[in-house]
Amino acid sequence: MNKVMNVEIFKSISWTKSALITLMLICLPAQAGVPMPDIPKGKGDKCVEETSLMRTDHMEMILHQRDETVHKGIRTKKHSFKECINCHAVKDENNLPVSYKSPKHFCNSCHTYAAVKIDCFECHASRPDNNKLNRTNSTVKRSKTNLQ
Amino acid sequence: MSDSKQSITDKPIDNYRRKFLGQLAAVTATGALGSNLILHNFAEARPADQAVTSNVRYGLLIDTSKCGDGCNACVTACNEENGLQDLDRPETDAQWIRTVKLKDKSTARTVSLPMMCQHCEFPPCVDVCPTGASFKRADGIVLVDKHLCIGCRYCMMACPYKARSFIHEELTGQVQGIPRGKGTVESCTLCVHRVDKGERPACVEACEKDGHKALIFGDLKDPTSDIAKRVSTEASTQVRGDLRLNPGVRYQGI
Repeated sequence: MNKVMNVEIFKSISWTKSALITLMLICLPAQAGVPMPDIPKGKGDKCVEETSLMRTDHMEMILHQRDETVHKGIRTKKHSFKECINCHAVKDENNLPVSYKSPKHFCNSCHTYAAVKIDCFECHASRPDNNKLNRTNSTVKRSKTNLQ
Repeated sequence: MSDSKQSITDKPIDNYRRKFLGQLAAVTATGALGSNLILHNFAEARPADQAVTSNVRYGLLIDTSKCGDGCNACVTACNEENGLQDLDRPETDAQWIRTVKLKDKSTARTVSLPMMCQHCEFPPCVDVCPTGASFKRADGIVLVDKHLCIGCRYCMMACPYKARSFIHEELTGQVQGIPRGKGTVESCTLCVHRVDKGERPACVEACEKDGHKALIFGDLKDPTSDIAKRVSTEASTQVRGDLRLNPGVRYQGI
């Protein structure tokens, strides 16, 4: 029930925002030479919500889910940050997922274009954790220092 | 017991309740030996879309007499599970579990025990936190909401167990699902990401894998759980019990 209401709220807030963005997108190609962001496609046919809603309100959904997960232990997958990362992972030439530092990274590709700095990835992993490949160095060598 | 479990949700009949009733029937049908196992599994199977409740309280029972001599398996497992990095600076490196050696001067008896966040019922770290970042979940797990943490470190000063660490440097290569970053305080989460899936903390599994079984994890409020049975029949102590914080971590043999 709560979730349905939330999505409704997102939708109503987002109407004006999406109208503005649509207007921008219509106007942009008319100006010759304006670069558009190269946004990589995610897995599957479509995202968990309408693309227009995701464009305007993905941060609200992540924020809402964040508090649900941290404080109440609710770990549904639909609006989970981890699933965003898993689904929108972009592979490099070695077939390994790129981190947020790469301009190819899904979040980075648009956030750099929009000049919106995010700090999610100062703490969160910015790529899937397949076989713990994120942790290639400097981990788990602590046995000696811990025996205090 | 069935009443307390059913009150988890107000919905008339949902899948969770249906599953519970089904399992209850299965338990009734099973012999006494198998029933404990099934009930134990049920107690930890909370659906992903339902919030934690105070019907459970997670805790640890640590039997120090079973700790292996020089064994560090729980610490290593914790570091690996949570991606704690060794920056070769022991004074400031994050430490969620540490092994502590106690020596009774009059008898020269030494005891080694793992010390981590004790998941107090009345956590002083929560009392002093100015932003509400330090909090206790309904199921008794004490956590830091790093989105709210401003890194003031009052909680580190308030904790009588020295259980918390502060992240001094920018980090890379964090484990997915375990966010850690510069300027925030952190401590043992009782592997909350595993507990939410119905699994046990990494330290407990590592200890069992090494054959010591010194650590038992479970729901202290569920009288059928191993941990509740043990604490109700055997002597166990809380470290600095005089502070009346009622830690969820209890020790034997100290």
